[in-house]
This record gives sequence, C-alpha cells and structure tokens, in this order.
Amino acid sequence: MIEVKDIYKSFSGNDVLQGISGKFEEGVTNLIIGGSGSGKTTLLKCMVGLHQPDSGSVLYDGRDFTPMTYEQRIDVRKEIGMLFQGSALFDSMTVEDNIMFPLNMFTEQTRKEKLERVNFCLERVNLVGKNALFPAELSGGMKKRVGIARAISMNPKYLFCDEPNSGLDPKTSIVIDELIQELTEEFKTTTIVVTHDMNSVMGIGDYILFLHEGKKFWEGSNKEIAHTDIKELNDFVFASRFMKAAKDKF
Amino acid sequence: MNFTNFGRYVLLLKSVFRKPEKLKIYLKEIAKQMDYVGVGSVGLIAIISTFIGAVMTLQIAFQLVSDFIPKTIIGSVNRDSSILELSPTISAIVLAGKIGSAISSEIGSMRVTEQIDALEIMGINAPGYLILPKIISGITMVPMLVIISMFLSITGGYIGGSISGAVTPAEYLQGITTDFNPYTIVVALVKAFVFGFIITSVPAYEGFYVRGGALEVSQASTRAVVISCISILVCDYLVTQLLL
Repeated sequence: MIEVKDIYKSFSGNDVLQGISGKFEEGVTNLIIGGSGSGKTTLLKCMVGLHQPDSGSVLYDGRDFTPMTYEQRIDVRKEIGMLFQGSALFDSMTVEDNIMFPLNMFTEQTRKEKLERVNFCLERVNLVGKNALFPAELSGGMKKRVGIARAISMNPKYLFCDEPNSGLDPKTSIVIDELIQELTEEFKTTTIVVTHDMNSVMGIGDYILFLHEGKKFWEGSNKEIAHTDIKELNDFVFASRFMKAAKDKF
Repeated sequence: MNFTNFGRYVLLLKSVFRKPEKLKIYLKEIAKQMDYVGVGSVGLIAIISTFIGAVMTLQIAFQLVSDFIPKTIIGSVNRDSSILELSPTISAIVLAGKIGSAISSEIGSMRVTEQIDALEIMGINAPGYLILPKIISGITMVPMLVIISMFLSITGGYIGGSISGAVTPAEYLQGITTDFNPYTIVVALVKAFVFGFIITSVPAYEGFYVRGGALEVSQASTRAVVISCISILVCDYLVTQLLL
C-alpha cells in the first residue's frame, strides 16, 4: 500500500499541489485523474522521488520515502516499476536488452535465467518473438507494452503508469488498460495510473483520486463517479455531449 | 558558465563518482566509450596532425630569413610547438567538436525522452552510469590520441619539409633530436588529461540538464562545444603557467 499525506509542491511560487492525501491499496487499480495542469503528474513524480515535495510524506507500506537518503531510496526503487508517458525505452537497445537491463544491474542471475524472465514478461504483454527489435521499429502500443514488460521484469511491488493511453487509438488503449488491471490482480501490485482517459476511468478505476487546480476534490470508485454532484468533477468526466447524454440516460 | 551552473556542475560530478551499482556493466560501458572516443577519433587526429606539422615546417622556414640561424632550428621549433601546444590543444578542440557534441546530444535526447528518469526510477545512479564511463574514456584516450598526434605532427613536418625543400631531411632530423627536453611530454600529457576531462564532463553536464525538446537539445550541444573550447583554452594557459 502507498499512502500520501498532505503533499505540497510549488514551482517558482506557483502552488501545483496543495495538501494532497490519499491511500492506494494493493491488488487494485488506483487512478489519479484531473485536467491538464491539475498536478497529477507532479504528484506521481513526488511519489517516485523525481520531485521532492515541499512538505508532506509518501509512505511505501509504512516506510516514509520523502526523508530517505539516496542510498535508502534505492532499496525502495528496486520495488518500483514505472511505465512512462512516452514509454522511455532505451532507444539504442533492443526490446530484449531493455527488459533485461534492470536484471543485469541488480541480479546475479545467469544469462539463461534472465532470458527466461524476459520471455515470460514478453509473453505476458503479448509480444512473443519481438526480442530483437529496436524501439524505433515498434508501434506506439507495442512500445507501451514493452514499457510494461520492463516495468514488471523485476517483479515490482509498486507499479506506476503515467498516462499509459496517450497517443493510442481507443482499441489499443483498452488493451493496455486491461493488461495493467490483469497484472495488478495477478501480481498483487499497488498500481497507480495517472490518466485523463475516460475509458480508463470507467473501465479500470477501482479507486479514483480526482485533482483540480492542485487540490483533491473527490475520491471514490468508477461505480460512484457517475453519481456525484461535484461540479468540477462532472465538468471533467462528462465534458463531451456524448458523456452528458450517457449520464442523463444513466 | 555562471556560478549557479558551476555549482550544479560540481554537484553533478559528485553524483558521477558514486560507487557503481555493478562494476561489470560499467567496465563494459567504459570499453565501449573508449572505442568511440579513442579508436573512433584516430583517423581524424592523424590527418589534422600530419597537415599541421607539414604547414608548421613551411611557415617556420618562411620566417627564418637570417643566414645566421641554422635550418636545424626548424625541426626543434616544430617539435616543441607540436608537443607543447599544437598537439594537445588543437586535438582537444577538434575532439570537443566531434565527441562533445555527440555526448551532449546523446544525454540530452535521453533527458527529453524520459530515459534518464527511467534510470533513476529503477534505482540506477543515472549520472554515474551515463557520465562516468565517458569521463574515464576521455581522460585515458585523449592523452593517447595526443601522443599519436605529437608523433604524426613531427612526421608531417619531416614530410612537408622534404617535399617542399624548405629543410633537408638530415637538418630536420638533427633539429628534432637536438636539446630535447622530455619534461615537455609530461606537460603535454597533463594538458591532455585535463582536456579529456573537460571534453567529456562539460557536454555531459549540458546534456544532463537540458529542458524542452529537439531544439533545446541542439542548442545545448552547441553551447557544450563553445564552453568546452573556452574552458580548454583557459586551462591550457593555466597549466602552461603552472608547469613551465
């Protein structure tokens, strides 16, 4: 479980996060949603240590991450897997080398064992036999899946996904969402997905944290989101005419 | 570089020299970088050094108008100029353009495509993994390239002098072997070591802290070469002042 307590973060006097708190349970898909500039990616970066919050704490199963030294953080980071918005694959390495990279760095496994793990991860994301391809030879959806394969290669306890559907067609988005949900349930990871994709919200949002202008406005599940009367949330979730009509019908 | 940038540069270097996560992987990376920085630059350095040596001989001969000065001096001046100044400094400036821009672009591209963030999230010391092998290859391979450059520059002087008739081969050989002070080689190698560090660390810094996209990466690359060249010239003066 990951818990954030009263996180504040500002950049050059601009308050991006203002007292965000929330609990993200393991084995369920947790979503952080909000419009552009609402602070969701900043919150994610504060959680993984890419940004240092001005105040507040991030607890990984009770371990306070924020005051940790660089060396202490490494132990926590070995338990983290992350899928980046642009996949962030190492473009000079093949798919196989990308997935094997963390194993090379942190394990003493033999080449055969590492290859077995790589192939298992590729099988899990439906990319069997793509080992020798370079990232430039992959489609957007395939890159995301390789990103997921790399993220799960070390068997992480915590999985972070930053806008996993961005730039993907609706069908591929659903495939990625379902994959994230399956992996979360299968490996009992604490999964946090930052998104503003409504299909993801409705499809996999077991727990949803809604941010607006750097503040937490609402939290709940995808089943509850349709019944709220918070204007900011409704404006965000039911922004399109289609969604408004669907809500009225619902 | 203003003081803020210099401070960030020093802090980055502090992170670079943290204990490697896995030595074997770092050694593999160092070998790769040595091949790129050293072996990959031999041809360029060889061509430049040979021609500079040849041209130097012709120019020294042109300026020696007095009959009271023996022609053997052409070899001596070419030898000392090549060893002390031309080989280390010209090689370093050429390498700053070739290697410095490549290092800055490579690390800058990794920054804007979140590959450096990915390394950090995995628990890997990104400055160490990305920059340390480059610095080690710079401080080892640049002195080697400078040694090659010295030899070829003096040889170029011999060829240029012989072909043009500015100096006879016998006079030139006598000149380069007369009053040779081996300490000049030490000075040149100290310079090469310092320049190797600058050529790799300054562009790495510029690339590591780049913000934005492709345009900013190219601007960082240009800035890296300019700052490296200026730093090389300043350090050239300081090392010369200290050691001679």
